[in-house]
Amino acid sequence: MKLRNPTVLASGILGVTGSSLVNVARHGAGAVTTKSIGLNERAGHKNPILLAFDAGLINAVGLPCPGIEESLYELRYAVENSEAPVIASLFASTASEFGVVAERVSRAKPAMIEVNISCPNVASEFGRPFALEATSAARAVEAVQANTRLPIVAKLSPNANNICDIARAVEEAGADAVSAVNTLGPGMIIDIHSAKPILCNKTGGISGPALRPIALRCVYDIYKAVDLPIIGIGGIDSGEAAIAMIMAGARAVGIGSGIYYRGIDVFSSVCKEIQEFMDHGGYSRIDEMIGIAHEKEARNQK
Amino acid sequence: MRLVYNTELPLMLRIERIADEAEDIKTLVFMHRLNSRPGQFIMLWLPRIDEKPFAVSYQDTDKFAITVKSVGEFSEAVHRLKPGDRVGIRGPYGKGFEFELYQHVLIVAGGYGAAPLSFLANQAMLQGKRVTFILGAKKASHLPYLNRLSQAHVKLITVTEDGSTGIRGLATEVLARILHNHDRTGSLSVYACGPEAMLKAVVDICRNLHVAAQLSLERYIKCGFGICGQCCVDELGIRICKEGPVVDLETAASITELGVYKRTPSGRRIAMGDKK
Repeated sequence: MKLRNPTVLASGILGVTGSSLVNVARHGAGAVTTKSIGLNERAGHKNPILLAFDAGLINAVGLPCPGIEESLYELRYAVENSEAPVIASLFASTASEFGVVAERVSRAKPAMIEVNISCPNVASEFGRPFALEATSAARAVEAVQANTRLPIVAKLSPNANNICDIARAVEEAGADAVSAVNTLGPGMIIDIHSAKPILCNKTGGISGPALRPIALRCVYDIYKAVDLPIIGIGGIDSGEAAIAMIMAGARAVGIGSGIYYRGIDVFSSVCKEIQEFMDHGGYSRIDEMIGIAHEKEARNQK
Repeated sequence: MRLVYNTELPLMLRIERIADEAEDIKTLVFMHRLNSRPGQFIMLWLPRIDEKPFAVSYQDTDKFAITVKSVGEFSEAVHRLKPGDRVGIRGPYGKGFEFELYQHVLIVAGGYGAAPLSFLANQAMLQGKRVTFILGAKKASHLPYLNRLSQAHVKLITVTEDGSTGIRGLATEVLARILHNHDRTGSLSVYACGPEAMLKAVVDICRNLHVAAQLSLERYIKCGFGICGQCCVDELGIRICKEGPVVDLETAASITELGVYKRTPSGRRIAMGDKK
């Protein structure tokens, strides 16, 4: 898949409707990712589903989904109208359901399929996320792979004990790329006056600045473990953060919470800041910076 | 102590006073300097129950109010609250009304839609504007803010569909008559909030007569600060919680779903007027 620029709208943000994805592409995103698409209609959790605390965002949206037919309507609208490639994110409760959703979603002809195996907010319904165990992560990716000809990106969780094992497993299962990482935690925020957790789901995944150093370490480790291209996600809100992620090994960066900190123009701002850094630092192409934070021999030790 | 960062967390406030506004409509007053603009909204949190958006319906230097109509589980829970109870407030959020540039503020409110407009009327009066307030509803008992608006010395025109008080008919019919007879001296803008069929009519009338207008729109809002994407409208893809809830006439005319459909919390489109 060819990106317009290295900034990708991460899944779960401004991705409910096709026209919203088109609007984000109009604001400069190099590619846009839909909200994760599932088979059946779900309302998601009650409010509050998203809060900003002093060091980041915390969310438990709960995978709302209008059902596959409506999701495909939104996806088709985005694919037909977006000036940037559209990545269709999908979720499911079983590996075989992943296959069913992948087959349906592929008919809408997105540029790529993201396999969301790492949502931390639906454990009570779905059980442990696939992305926490190498075998279940691989099974989900294999099911998608068997049902589509589109390139596949697997979205990994920072909560896995060894994210490199998961990355290797999805690589062997046929993933063409990995996106790392989904939100961290889950965490919790308690209001001390009512003595209650604020999120309706009580717990939620952490993103934004608090996630950034962890995401960076995950991408750094994954880069050493696999040959797949990596979309680095977690606290990207500036050119500086994006470049650090690229130097850790990412080929592109995902942006979500960054929209809260920098507005919807964050994509063009980050691109401009990356360009300024490259001009001053003597880099002519992004490729020259990918993985350069590693010692020279690191990539040979796989 | 609590350090001050940029956050979106509820501030717990005690309800100072509760006023009965009209049938099934109550106003909750809070002692807090909110610093909102007319048209902006707050998120009202009832711990462990839910959190929903409400337009600011009144504000002065040390207090503000929101107005809640009992329409479902959440608003019924709000109506059971008593003065002294604590609730959470986030915000203010969204884009408010621009009225500084106009001499004549012509307001069209449909029932409970009067909430942000009553705040606008107060602010516009304070700035010496000429304010006309067309307040419409199905029947007399559905008209909120009658006392406050009469005391504020706005030119108040009440309209009811059943003729139980004021003019019998629709608020938009009265708007059309006023605009047709308008002498065009001084700058004028129309401000509207209410049922979507009414807003559609306001858009058509104002576009035909080349009159400026701003409309406050409603969609299902989750985060309230422009991240989750739940309230985006077709085909512009703009966020009602961020680029709205107040939009200008041309923006409203470009929102193709206006008066046609909206999305449920799952994101499914349903025809305007359908419940689920």
